[in-house]
Amino acid sequence: MEGKGRPAILKEECTGCGACVEACPIGAIRMHDGLAQIDESCNLCGGCRDVCPSGAIRFPEEDREKQPAVAEHHHVWVFAEVRQGKLASVVPELLGAGRRLADQLGESLHAVVVTAPREEIYQQLFGYGADAVWQVEHELVFEGDEMARAAALCQLIRRERPAVVLFGATAMGRSLAPRIATRLKTGLTADCTGLEIDPETRLLRQIRPAFGGNIMAEILTKYRRPQMATVRPRVMKAPRFRPDSSGPIHHFVPAELDGGLTLEELVLEEVETVNLEDADIIVSGGRGLGDPRNFALLEELARLLGAAVGASRAAVDSGWIPYPHQVGQTGKTVAPKVYIAVGISGAIQHLVGMQSSDVIVAINKNPDAPIFKVATYGIVGDLFEVVPALIRQLKKMRGVT
Amino acid sequence: MLHVVVCIKQVPEITEVSIDRRTNTLVREGVPSIINPFDMYAIEEGLRLKEAHGGTVSVISMGPPQVESSLKEAVAMGADRAVLLSDSRFAGADTLATAYTLAQGIRRLGQFDLVICGKQAIDGDTGQVGPGLAEELGIPHVTYVRRIRELGDGMLRVERMVEGGWELISTTLPALISVVKDINEPRLPSLKGIMRAKRTPVTVWGLEELGCDPQRVGLTGSATEVVRIWTPEPRESGELLQGDPEQQARQLVERLRGLGVI
Repeated sequence: MEGKGRPAILKEECTGCGACVEACPIGAIRMHDGLAQIDESCNLCGGCRDVCPSGAIRFPEEDREKQPAVAEHHHVWVFAEVRQGKLASVVPELLGAGRRLADQLGESLHAVVVTAPREEIYQQLFGYGADAVWQVEHELVFEGDEMARAAALCQLIRRERPAVVLFGATAMGRSLAPRIATRLKTGLTADCTGLEIDPETRLLRQIRPAFGGNIMAEILTKYRRPQMATVRPRVMKAPRFRPDSSGPIHHFVPAELDGGLTLEELVLEEVETVNLEDADIIVSGGRGLGDPRNFALLEELARLLGAAVGASRAAVDSGWIPYPHQVGQTGKTVAPKVYIAVGISGAIQHLVGMQSSDVIVAINKNPDAPIFKVATYGIVGDLFEVVPALIRQLKKMRGVT
Repeated sequence: MLHVVVCIKQVPEITEVSIDRRTNTLVREGVPSIINPFDMYAIEEGLRLKEAHGGTVSVISMGPPQVESSLKEAVAMGADRAVLLSDSRFAGADTLATAYTLAQGIRRLGQFDLVICGKQAIDGDTGQVGPGLAEELGIPHVTYVRRIRELGDGMLRVERMVEGGWELISTTLPALISVVKDINEPRLPSLKGIMRAKRTPVTVWGLEELGCDPQRVGLTGSATEVVRIWTPEPRESGELLQGDPEQQARQLVERLRGLGVI
């Protein structure tokens, strides 16, 4: 979400009562010489206008014309990302969200594939709720050239006019979606945590966090189509798989495409462990581990839990674990079912990257560590005693010796 | 001569942002502004390319007049030229309008070889402006670049972070890349740089100088609209597990099993 412009304060009307200062959820208003002043961070939420007793707050006029084409866009589309021949885990989740939206609109749900045709992928897409599949067919597109993929998808979207297009907030989705939205001159909302159709306006209500989850915003794309959004993995719930579903497969051969990128090589580094982005459980270590070798302890715990290993910036900057493991402001934002923070004090830069997790467990010897403020379960103690005890308990539970 | 353009954004220093417990809103009073942390890596990478290949680094931003201080900081680090796109009509831009406006600014800079952006900004967290800007400029883009392997002869070869590993990607110049923290360690401004930044004026371009279509900038040019904003329910206060480590561990396993998450 980018900062929005500012409403005007009518000096003659403002009584300096301060009601708007109280009402502003982001603290963008302050009193200056007895008059309200709104700064650049204003999001035009309208909260101040609603409480102003003297009508002194005027918002920028809405002078955009409604494009007639808006009404001619139908159906919900999901970008069906396939990585190394497998459907990305976010796709069933998107299909689950997309199904609800399509049902609310009384329209259908389509999935778009840009990788080489594979029968098992189609079966999965239909099994997770797609009514139809679009298969884009072009050599450059199959080879992983994102510029060609974006161009082909733009052609298809222009022709078919979907109302909504959803992408996973993956490396590929976050690269393709803004390229496409810009070419189509339409709106794109990143990392939505809630999506629903407004029953009256039939607009897609896009809910997303900002400022590291300290603020939630509802965003609409009122006058352009399609309404595009990205959704992080693990935010939406995947529907139950129905193995014998099927539907039509439409083949789309794009007109002449300009390529742009050559994917020369893909190197997988984390074959043994789970990706942070895809993990249900994350075990993260920080400065409290004291030594890179102690990450072995966390790895053992992670293996028992089927978890991914994360780290604080302090651990990464000390060279204890590579950067792809970093959680937080300059690393990855994660929201697993369980986040176990071991020896992490919980600086705000770390918290903004994990505080949306369902359950947070904090293990730290300092009872005043800020991590305990967000923890569902806190254990004040020596991690070198607590983690081995945890490993023993889990082994007992699993019957491992 | 290599010409690298680095895009930066001024953002609130998030460590300083606190929540007012009474009103449950963000306190922004006196919150200092910084260069978006990811953009620091973009600046550093631009400077390293200049040192390796010769040429110039231009740094560009869109925002209110106070963004000049961030641009000066980039000059102090070693950037040659600083441009601020500032106009009251640019205010309220979403990523679509921002990408358009930045593209107008970069076109006005003249010939360029590479545009470098940070992976995303820490306030909006969208990461959308980079790819959108590349589209506006009609050049290819590569996101999440963690290393530039090769640059020259009109081509670029980079390593890009993806889920579970990395890709080796080559493309033609001019191109746009967005960079992650792994790519380098940003330098501190030198004393000489700070003195130079004091002398170097920041060029300010508004809507007319850029020849922007007024329908495509700011709030008017934005496709998305924030219609409501609120603070989420604070997390319920947690439970401190008591006892010796063995008891604490047992309780934790019980709780997690009870929730059905393990």
